[in-house]
Amino acid sequence: MVKNIFHFQGLISFFDEVGKVARFASRFFKEFLKPPYEFRELLKQCYTIGYQSLFLIGLTGFIMGLVFDLQTRPTMIEFGAESYMPAMISISVVREIGPVITALMCAGKIGSSIGAELGSMKVTEQIDAMEVSGTNPFKYLVVTRIMAATLMLPILVIMADVIGLFGSYLVESLKGGVTLQLFYNKVMNNLSFGDMVPSFIKSYFFGFAIGLIGCYKGYNSDKGTAGVGAAANVAVVIASMLVFVIDLIAVLISDIFYEL
Amino acid sequence: MLSTQQKLSKSNDHGDFAGPPLIEIRDVHKAFGENHVLNGFDLDLYDKENLVIVGKSGSGKSVLLKCIVRLEEIDTGTLKVLGKNIPDLNHQELDELRADVGFLFQGSALYDSMTVRENLQFPLRRHTERMQGLDEENLILTTLKSVGLAHTVDMLPAQLSGGMKRRIALARTLILRPKIILYDEPTSGLDPITSKEIIELILRIQKEYDTASLIITHDMDCARVISNRMIILINGINYREGTYRELAALDEPNVKAFFK
Repeated sequence: MVKNIFHFQGLISFFDEVGKVARFASRFFKEFLKPPYEFRELLKQCYTIGYQSLFLIGLTGFIMGLVFDLQTRPTMIEFGAESYMPAMISISVVREIGPVITALMCAGKIGSSIGAELGSMKVTEQIDAMEVSGTNPFKYLVVTRIMAATLMLPILVIMADVIGLFGSYLVESLKGGVTLQLFYNKVMNNLSFGDMVPSFIKSYFFGFAIGLIGCYKGYNSDKGTAGVGAAANVAVVIASMLVFVIDLIAVLISDIFYEL
Repeated sequence: MLSTQQKLSKSNDHGDFAGPPLIEIRDVHKAFGENHVLNGFDLDLYDKENLVIVGKSGSGKSVLLKCIVRLEEIDTGTLKVLGKNIPDLNHQELDELRADVGFLFQGSALYDSMTVRENLQFPLRRHTERMQGLDEENLILTTLKSVGLAHTVDMLPAQLSGGMKRRIALARTLILRPKIILYDEPTSGLDPITSKEIIELILRIQKEYDTASLIITHDMDCARVISNRMIILINGINYREGTYRELAALDEPNVKAFFK
């Protein structure tokens, strides 16, 4: 009985939190449309979230393509399907692995940094100071960061896909003697518009979710410095989970379109 | 009885401080759940006056300051600043009013990611109407000179000592030339020598910029030197009100505790 009550309370607090995140998101859409627009801060955040993540995402993408090729190659050879390697790798990377791995890396890097930054600004009263100086802190801090994450993630995904495929090409070139031209042709012949568009669209949602959760946790953090650490930590965990949930929904929706 | 409010000076006797009050607070109540922080608080702050509020930790002093600039909403009562009823103002009116009310936060609340110059530019760029005919760079340097820290203009807050941060925060408050400055524990966390410097600076700034000041402090030395009038805040009301000397002469345990 007592156990059931605890489960029930846990459920209530879960839905309470979901409601708060939804309210936070609706406030984002309201504030996002209202002038004045913080273009300068948006550009700064695009630089921080996008440009400063290039190396990490590039390296991750490269290793992803390399390892994926190395791991699948023996099995494909066993079935005599070695020539299908570029096609198989490209579809897997573009449709699924590229966006998801990039989003998970960004959830770790961007989600935690936004959560910690806003959390520390909250506990040191910097957000209050901003409000007192006549700035809407939600617009200046939250809208710009969510926008930047939403805009930058698809670009990072495209970059990770390209570098990942290059990693795969290196393995194919070294082990199978495949030329760059041949690899390119095989990739492009097998990739369709329907592979690229859904993955591109879901990347926007990944970016939005990562920015939203990082900002929500940071902006609402309390309990001093411990709260800042908790905000960063929880932001990463929830954003990573949301990446998988959004991915599942995106796959189910795109499946409906494939069947049509 | 702790609920007794008593003014030791006559109600209309404010020495040199005549005219309508810049801040007028009547019967203000504020509670956080069951925790009733302000229970019918009254206050008048006059032009060029230094009014000090002392009270125990958690007695609602900081909450009171936050209510004045509407970082917190009051539950009931009247709160007028520069003749405007704070709860009735819309966002634009509130932002305009906030430019006339400087707020020095307890922990300085400088923006970590910005240099000293950018910290001072921040409020200026939000209130461009106050900049008409003024050279921004010149204004920043002049204000920094008035707190004795013009050489720190390109430094980051992390490179400054606690006392320097407090001075820069004061400069950021002064740059919009406010009519009222609210000080939240201006000397807390500082060594006695730096505290004395900050107290002298507050007095000098008040003369130079003709501001009225509402100061919250635990530091009775600070209260003695700065105050024209003092309020002792106990149980959410102005328990006793008078000059430092009048209050120090009282033979009441609740009041005496502050002067030990």
